[in-house]
Amino acid sequence: MTVTTISDAQLAPKDYASDQEVRWCPGCGDYAILKAVQKACAELQVDRARTVFVSGIGCAARFPYYMSTYGFHTVHGRAPAIATGIKLANPELDVWVMTGDGDGLSIGGNHMLHVLRRNVDLQIILFNNEIYGLTKGQYSPTSRRGTRSPSTPLGSLEYPVSACVFALGAGARFVARSVDTLQSHLVGVLKRARAHQGASFVEILQNCVVFNDAVFEHITGKAEAPDAQIVVEHGQPLLFGKNKEKGLRLVPGKLELEVVTLGDNGVTAADILVHDETNRALAQHLAALEPPFPTAMGVLYCNPTLSYEREVYAQGGAQKGPADLDVLLRKERTWVVEG
Amino acid sequence: MASSTLPSSPGREIRDSVVIRFAGDSGDGMQVTGTQFMLETALAGNDLSTFPDFPAEIRAPAGTTFGVSAFQIQFGAVDVMTPGDEVDVLVAMNPAALTVELKDLRVGGTIIVDSAAFNERNLGKAGYAKNPLDDDSLAPYQLLKFDITKLTADAVKPHGLSSREAHLCRNMWALGLLLWMYGRERTATVEWLKQKFAKKPQIADANIAALNAGHAFGETAEMPEHLVGYVVPKAHVRPGRYRTVSGTEALAWGLVAGMRAAGIEKLVFAGYPITPASALLHTLATMRQYGVVTFQAEDEIAASGAALGAAYAGALGVTSSSGPGIALKTEMLGLAIATELPLIVIDSQRAGPSTGMPTKTEQSDLFQAVHGRNADAPLAVIAAATATDCFDVAIEAVRIATKFMTPVIVLSDGYLAHAAEPWRIPVEADLPRFPIAYRTDPEGFHPFLRDPRTLARPWVRPGTPGLEHRIGGLEKDYDSGHISYDPDNHARMTEARADKIAGIARDIPLQTATLGEEHGALALVGWGSTFGPIHQAVRIAREEGRDVAHIHVRYMSPFPRNLGDLLKRYDRILVPEMNHGQLVRLLRAEYLIPAEGLSKVTGKPFKVTEVLDAIRGTKA
Repeated sequence: MTVTTISDAQLAPKDYASDQEVRWCPGCGDYAILKAVQKACAELQVDRARTVFVSGIGCAARFPYYMSTYGFHTVHGRAPAIATGIKLANPELDVWVMTGDGDGLSIGGNHMLHVLRRNVDLQIILFNNEIYGLTKGQYSPTSRRGTRSPSTPLGSLEYPVSACVFALGAGARFVARSVDTLQSHLVGVLKRARAHQGASFVEILQNCVVFNDAVFEHITGKAEAPDAQIVVEHGQPLLFGKNKEKGLRLVPGKLELEVVTLGDNGVTAADILVHDETNRALAQHLAALEPPFPTAMGVLYCNPTLSYEREVYAQGGAQKGPADLDVLLRKERTWVVEG
Repeated sequence: MASSTLPSSPGREIRDSVVIRFAGDSGDGMQVTGTQFMLETALAGNDLSTFPDFPAEIRAPAGTTFGVSAFQIQFGAVDVMTPGDEVDVLVAMNPAALTVELKDLRVGGTIIVDSAAFNERNLGKAGYAKNPLDDDSLAPYQLLKFDITKLTADAVKPHGLSSREAHLCRNMWALGLLLWMYGRERTATVEWLKQKFAKKPQIADANIAALNAGHAFGETAEMPEHLVGYVVPKAHVRPGRYRTVSGTEALAWGLVAGMRAAGIEKLVFAGYPITPASALLHTLATMRQYGVVTFQAEDEIAASGAALGAAYAGALGVTSSSGPGIALKTEMLGLAIATELPLIVIDSQRAGPSTGMPTKTEQSDLFQAVHGRNADAPLAVIAAATATDCFDVAIEAVRIATKFMTPVIVLSDGYLAHAAEPWRIPVEADLPRFPIAYRTDPEGFHPFLRDPRTLARPWVRPGTPGLEHRIGGLEKDYDSGHISYDPDNHARMTEARADKIAGIARDIPLQTATLGEEHGALALVGWGSTFGPIHQAVRIAREEGRDVAHIHVRYMSPFPRNLGDLLKRYDRILVPEMNHGQLVRLLRAEYLIPAEGLSKVTGKPFKVTEVLDAIRGTKA
């Protein structure tokens, strides 16, 4: 094993790969995500020794084994709780939570809610493939209504949860979305997530080639993508379409977005909304967009504040007192029995 | 304040030990009354043992039987090991308290009541058709009825309280009277009141006035002929500095002492509110300057997860709950076992199953602690015997967890959590030390490389360069720590996990008899908080000439390595426990001995007589 030192040469993406054989299905979107994470790590030259990947259970949860950092593959849905404990023990560690739609929004939904509202400084990466892969294809909490699966042969009856809407509702202060195949976009989003102090939530639309193949094709397909996606950027107008000829604007007199085409009915560039990633209400609108609207990609919301574990330690510093056990044990009324 | 009457007054009778029970409505302040009486009694040099017994409802409807809150204390010149079987003095602040608590009062015992509380309304709520103060139903006892309501109101009048506020001072009047009866000081109580009501000096002064009035009532000519003062001589105890301590406080401090003994910088305690375990979270939450970080998690599972995450990061990870919450932590315990991380889990047991009786004590989580997980999942379990023992047990839990890289479950219970007793305060320099060493050397490292002696794997703090590695709940290869589904490897790892825990037996003291010979006709084998009543019963039985010994087991998993041999040297084994027979079954299974059980599952601790009757019944 090699010792990492400051004098090490620049680390390449491959230096963030462990010696373990990657065991996802051939063609799985997880490969692309692994590549993007390793690339982001290399571009940021993250310190492997101080980095911990924590996961729960599921296909996505195998992730830590493939990184050359510290890694903890834990219990289904509970990675946010374990990651919180790690940060409370050592706030200096750089901790990532790798989760899936079942792990993070079903069995671990409660922990996801609380880790986001607490704002623990973590990168939480949710691989959304709208299916349970490791258990062979049951519908998940993000599956669209009507999904036929081994457990719903007649089609699922439940309405899906939107990961980003949930995260915003839980009080997350960094919410972003990307796609496994949008490699350079994904790397950029991951770098933003890591730079954010506090809980950063990233939903990645990820294709399960075996149990739910092409479920995002209507959004991510080459032909469909320009009209089905809107890539948002802070300070830039919300434009999309092959020639950026379409945009989003507020319906006059209503709290509602509509798609307009520049030049049609007198629509000009001035009518188009400009993305403000610190605007929570706008983020909620963007996160909720679904076909026939374009799906919003990029950093939907970023509004940092002090993270939970930093505040815990700041508050702890205020509680001064002598750290002498003998003083503590004798703090209240005592009496002496003479020999 | 004026100095109180010292117990040298003529006319005071001498008592070796006394049992008092303060009982009233949950809003009557019986727990603080009892606690203050305890403190004054400890300061007077008596040995003592307490039993707070309160309802699950925070404020049950006033005057109802299910809203009765009680605090029992036994104190004396002798070695006091239990809160007492029979009550000598019952203070009943209302009819409900009288009807609920009377059954434990000995014939000839004293009842002190607030006669004003025995009005038609309260009598009706308590189910009395007639006022028991007016007929001869209480004739077997010495009844002392005072209009405590009015006497209190008169005493606090100068302080301008509302009638409701004045009513709330009744408990201090009763306390004052009891302090007079047993020749106790009031200084500590006066100081406590001043501190508690520092921002409301008017309330503090009124309570002090009530306290003094109750005291003066005993001393003055108003004293009725039955009201006698007593002298309880000081107990003969080891010289040293003492204080009173509850099991919860002792656990909290023991955890911190253990962390320091191990040389660990940080203790991360993650809990979720649950009766009767929450007090541990509250206690530790005030101890930041000792390196303690507390975390109130969103649920029991997250609490155990955060504690395990902290252990993974190199801190002392501690989580705590009661039975139902421990059940939720079960899966995380499996992960702690699989990843071989030190994790302390405190279980303050209560009556169950399910929600059961949250404020009532039981020892019924022994099976859950020792065996209650999926698959072959061994870990260490140790149990605290007394409130003060909680301190030592917590330190021992840290020692075992860090030396053997294993989760350790500490069994306490609802009784121990709240019970208090005098404690000879240790000096930190005299405590055991067992410094741990985190692995930092990359040479030849893999995460499941075992210490050949303890079979423990190395503890590596993330952040350590060169030791980056991955662990998890999947089975790993014995020789590399990588994921492995190899059948023979799984068998080998299962053995290794079992051997590691079994090997702890070589690292703990041999089992001895706490009282009596290490062979003979009968041994009483107990564990946990039944220590007091069993010990006392065996002591009495031995004074009667019976051949009986007391064996108290602290290490529940693994058992001390000589326990089986020791038990086989007795003709009979009787196992009193507050469950339906758990230790007795473990002993039978482990040692193939015909141990017999003695169960008590009423939510209350054993009485000495209950154990004594069983000894006598077995013709020891």
